[in-house]
Amino acid sequence: MSDKHDASSVPTTGHVWDDDLGDYINQPPKWWMLGLTVSAIWCVVYWLYYPAFPISNAGYFTKGLGGWTAIGEMEADKSVVDEVRGKWESKLKDLTPAAILADEDLAKYSLASGKVLFGDNCAACHGTNGVGTHDKQGLFAPILTDDDWLYGGSIDAIHETIQGGRQGMMMAHADMLSEAEIDTLANAVAAGKPTSTPLFAEKGCTACHGEDGKGMQAMGSANLTDSVWRFDSSVEGIKYTIKNGVNAGTPETRVAVMPAFQGGKLSDAEIKKLAVYVYKFGGGQAN
Amino acid sequence: MNQEVGKKEPGEVTTLYNEFETWTVNTGGQTIHAKRMPGFFRTFKDRAQLALWLPFFLLPYLRWNDKQAILFDIDHNQFRFFNLTVLPQDIWMLSLVLLVAAMTLFAVTSVASRVWCGYFCFQTAWTDWYTWLEDKIEGNPTARRKLDAAPWTLDKIKKKVIKHFLWILIALLTGISFSIWFVDAFEYWNKLLHFQLPLVGWVTLIMFLFGTYILAGFLREQTCFWLCPYARIQGVMTDKQTILPTYDHTRGEPRGKIRRGGQAVAPQGDCIDCFQCVQVCPTGVDIRNGQQLGCITCGLCIDACDVVMDKIDKPRGLIRYASLDELEGQSAKKLYQHPRTLVYLSIILLAMSGIVWGLTHMGSMTLKIVHERQPLFVQMSDGSIQNKFDFKVLNKTDKNFRVKVTAEGGVKGQVIIGAENNPMTNHGRGTSFTIFVKAPSANILKDVVPIQFRVENVDDPNVFAEYTSKFYGPVK
Repeated sequence: MSDKHDASSVPTTGHVWDDDLGDYINQPPKWWMLGLTVSAIWCVVYWLYYPAFPISNAGYFTKGLGGWTAIGEMEADKSVVDEVRGKWESKLKDLTPAAILADEDLAKYSLASGKVLFGDNCAACHGTNGVGTHDKQGLFAPILTDDDWLYGGSIDAIHETIQGGRQGMMMAHADMLSEAEIDTLANAVAAGKPTSTPLFAEKGCTACHGEDGKGMQAMGSANLTDSVWRFDSSVEGIKYTIKNGVNAGTPETRVAVMPAFQGGKLSDAEIKKLAVYVYKFGGGQAN
Repeated sequence: MNQEVGKKEPGEVTTLYNEFETWTVNTGGQTIHAKRMPGFFRTFKDRAQLALWLPFFLLPYLRWNDKQAILFDIDHNQFRFFNLTVLPQDIWMLSLVLLVAAMTLFAVTSVASRVWCGYFCFQTAWTDWYTWLEDKIEGNPTARRKLDAAPWTLDKIKKKVIKHFLWILIALLTGISFSIWFVDAFEYWNKLLHFQLPLVGWVTLIMFLFGTYILAGFLREQTCFWLCPYARIQGVMTDKQTILPTYDHTRGEPRGKIRRGGQAVAPQGDCIDCFQCVQVCPTGVDIRNGQQLGCITCGLCIDACDVVMDKIDKPRGLIRYASLDELEGQSAKKLYQHPRTLVYLSIILLAMSGIVWGLTHMGSMTLKIVHERQPLFVQMSDGSIQNKFDFKVLNKTDKNFRVKVTAEGGVKGQVIIGAENNPMTNHGRGTSFTIFVKAPSANILKDVVPIQFRVENVDDPNVFAEYTSKFYGPVK
């Protein structure tokens, strides 16, 4: 490199190290100094405008002159989202779940919205996408993707279930039936033909499960003739259910409780959207 | 350091520094006022610039079926070219177009040097138009230099105001013309005249306004020297076979001023050192120093030199398009003996066939199917197995239509549920719907079987799309 700049004219600080090492007095360029000054002023303004200085360890800090808060910004963003959703939500309010389902656009909106609601409120028991969850006793919460419904698979029935919740109910029969009778019944039920044994009618099973063993949706009794099982489908598992019942008040009994969502965490519109979402899992049935 | 080298190797090496000293490049300290001389390359440059850039200004106004014929429609995410509509899904073809453009640049450069820079580049073209206006308003280079140095008189102010006004007008028109390639031209003008452009429109316009004004009005050749990457990239694409405007030093040297009425004292070459070649150069370089970064190979020095050669009764072509091989007296090779050019050409051919394949295989509908992952399948109450599929249909035609869904393969006795009403597909954007396939458990022989879906316009069976997915069942 050629020496373009003549260094000899630049003054030094006067200190000399190692015989010939000096220190030039070279001011930073003007634009650089200007940048520094502006940045410093900017910092002060920023500190004053926004929440900044901590005052104590207890979380107190200066609030800032601009009144900005993170939660305020979040609320503002949310209101933008609410505005976009507004035109759909206002329609949903006055429609029945069946009417929403019939409207292509509204159904799509409900599906998108319902996916989030389901994840937040339902998936803990029913599993992501309604595949059901299991505990050590077998299926803990029903699969929602099939077409077997304890309380009905119409849009209105699903809506009602979410609104009011459900509580299964079956007596414990350990004290009423002999081991042999339980064994016979369990085998018949496991084969999908509960009516093949006269015990089914004699012991009063028909009262809840119906003359044909297909259950009654009005009371939520299971259909014993199809291939979908609420609890364990093995003979042993069925025997356990017959012996200990469902929600029969004993520690051994099977548990089947769904909480009510109306008036609680979810709004009416949200429940409607969820009903549409669950209906669309693939098992929804006509009213 | 310099001195030390000089001490050790007096002679040859130190002459390198002399060379360095005489190699002058204008770093923007002075404005280049190039002389405009008529000639073959001047005419060629004028026409080439117009041929490429007039369409830039005019084509957006071309209408086709009541729509803009060529439009990179940002609002609707599509590219329209007469009857053809290219949606973002097919935009991979654009990358091939860019590849063709880049390779064409490379190929042309390897054959005939910086043809793009000299005759077509927007920087060269706009600068040329700007300086043409300058020439018309302020006079020839001498007059311009005088005017620049003169005090601010009313006449100077008038000339300058007119010049800058016209420059800004061109810049404004440039910004508008750029914008209307992306939004409807007439709508844009309407919004512009009512000051109702969206923010991004104003920003684009102002950026182009100032960009053009500053780049073509003030930075000019400095852009080619210090800003443009292609100037440098192209430099490495030329080799000894490339033809470029070259000063024939074997003929011209030793140069010397022509003497009135007398013989030269010393033997003299054809170059009479008249500096006409430097005078006309838009980047202000001296071509007699050989090929250099500053030379955009516009050939204007060839025009200038030929005029002078005619005047002094010497043959034309002291400066001419010639390769280094030719100048060194080596036999010129043929084009097919230039492997690099052939590589560029074959890449161009490949890319072009890709574009042709793409255009002919675009289809008017695409189908993507996502099989539900959780659950893979559902057992229904009657024992049958149901699978859920998310269909995403893209209707690339310009009409909405309903589709029917059919399937081949899969499981015997399968039923397709969910398309009974023939879902409506919206043109130009994706439509998604859910399809269930239910099959009797007894017929499911394997846990995974392929199933080919076909989505078809109910009114026109030629408009269809197919996609192969899988049907899942319990492990047997």
